[in-house]
Amino acid sequence: MTDLPTRSIDLKNVLSGSAPTADHSEGMSYLQSVPRRMVTLYLPLAIIVVVLLFPFYWMALTSVKPDEQLLDLDRYNPFWTWNPTFKHFHKLLFESYYPYWLWNTMYVAVCATVLSIIASVLAAYAIVRLRYKGANLVGGLIFLAYLVPPSILFIPLATVVFQYGLFDSPLALILTYPTILIPFSTWLLMGYFKTIPFELEECALIDGASRWQILIKIVLPLAIPGLISAFIFCFTLCWNEFIYALTFLQSTSNKTVPVAIVNEFVDGDIYRWGSLMAGALAGSLPLVILYAFFVEHYVSAMTGAVKE
Amino acid sequence: MADVAIPRAKPQMSEDNAWTQLKHNRNWLGFWFMVPAMAFLIFFLAYPLGLGIWLSFTDTRIGRVGHFVATENYEWLWDDSIFWLSVFNTLLYTFIASALKFAIGLYLALLLNENMPFKAMLRAMVLIPFIVPTVLSALAFWWIFDSQFSIISWSLKHLGVINQNINFLGDTTWARICVIFANIWRGVPFVAITLLAGLQTVSPSLYEAATLDGATRWQNFRFITYPLLTPIIAVVMTFSVLFTFTDFQLIWAMTRGGPVNATHLMATLSYQRAIIAGQLGEGAAISSAMIPFLLAAIMVSWFGLQRRKWQQGENND
Repeated sequence: MTDLPTRSIDLKNVLSGSAPTADHSEGMSYLQSVPRRMVTLYLPLAIIVVVLLFPFYWMALTSVKPDEQLLDLDRYNPFWTWNPTFKHFHKLLFESYYPYWLWNTMYVAVCATVLSIIASVLAAYAIVRLRYKGANLVGGLIFLAYLVPPSILFIPLATVVFQYGLFDSPLALILTYPTILIPFSTWLLMGYFKTIPFELEECALIDGASRWQILIKIVLPLAIPGLISAFIFCFTLCWNEFIYALTFLQSTSNKTVPVAIVNEFVDGDIYRWGSLMAGALAGSLPLVILYAFFVEHYVSAMTGAVKE
Repeated sequence: MADVAIPRAKPQMSEDNAWTQLKHNRNWLGFWFMVPAMAFLIFFLAYPLGLGIWLSFTDTRIGRVGHFVATENYEWLWDDSIFWLSVFNTLLYTFIASALKFAIGLYLALLLNENMPFKAMLRAMVLIPFIVPTVLSALAFWWIFDSQFSIISWSLKHLGVINQNINFLGDTTWARICVIFANIWRGVPFVAITLLAGLQTVSPSLYEAATLDGATRWQNFRFITYPLLTPIIAVVMTFSVLFTFTDFQLIWAMTRGGPVNATHLMATLSYQRAIIAGQLGEGAAISSAMIPFLLAAIMVSWFGLQRRKWQQGENND
């Protein structure tokens, strides 16, 4: 059974589907008639895609609707608005801490990601290429660390953070997020490092390069796609993280976007929906833009971590 | 592999002092390469994990050092109906959401694997719910499921299906359905795209050969696609179950455990008890109680995977 013809995952094809070999249906698609494809393929696909994207449409629409249209569903058609307003965004940017929150989120995400990537590059290289005694065991332990969820750790971590005097400071998040990111990115990078032919390293070793020089000058340049994948995926995970930020931060101006929106905007105001949705949209847009530029890297990060 | 390829450099006898030898010792080097990652994982993961289990045996509160109280917290929880309700909710939530995520995700992956126009764009769009922070999309659902101004209620009323607004997040059954729906919505793209990556490793010639032999589409799926996908399904579902079971943010943003604790999961209950009520010991006991369930979930999928490998005679990797 092992010798079934399988092809290795070509990550670019997962999204682009550009290579002619990427889909099997091309050769056999003539077996299906157009009306049949309508019912079995396009209709269900359309329904699923509409359901998946509707919340974003609704979010965007609510954030530009004037207040009086927001709650009056009878006089105005709720699915569209003819006079969009940027009032909610204006309120967000100039009458709230939103710019601070955005900055905090960005700052924490970038620092935690950079720290994690440095630690993971070293760890992954050591596990894959130095092959010290017990490397496989350590690799397995790191994978297990990936399976420890934050919702088990946040209570003891809160006491640890308090003991170290980090409570209510961004440093608390910068130091705790790597526990989520390092296991993931180490596994991803191990996969990438394994694909680099070790003959290159042999040559460098013979020429007298040290391990450090090999890592910096040979392995890392070749692993750049992997590094980008790891970087943007870690960045997304940081941006998305909620429970640590909710537990470790207290003062309004120190919060990250997800926590701040849930806690600060949810007051009794019946017209809050506009600014709430504007905040949610503004908090998601940076990630969506990043995603639009690096679609393939996202997919390779997602599938790469699962593949092993 | 590197072991074979790069024989350890022979020390050049007298010239080499201990330091140069040490510099070329892979164990010594490996140790230093591992230091940063290990420091993070030990101080902020392994140590808190142990500390959490220890805390669950003490009566620590916020601002007060606790004393060892043996299993008192657990005995307390054993008689606590809200705790058992949260266990039930967590299992229900995990089971239904994971099963549906798998079914819809696999279906979507099969659809996306077909040849059609705008394929790349469709696939990229499908992944967007996974990219956007969970809390922010949960807020959108909160608004969509609003008791008075829900767009779903409005549409159903105008279609003549219902007469009154549905109290989505105020009614216990509806609240459960809503959070499960939101969780499925969030998880389907991940399952679909990873399974799609697995589908693309299946060679088209297998389908062509099977079709020539008279296999139906269902047989193509059952006897080619499914067996070849099993390993990746096991991994994806392990992750899916794990993250659904320990879910916190979706619930917290949408219902905070309400109405009448109907959507309290173990994670949200432990947050409420530990951080809001200040009973760190009791909260730690609730989150430690999740560990056996998680281990069981990991074991099941792991052994499922191993068995599959064994069936396929794959013992040579």
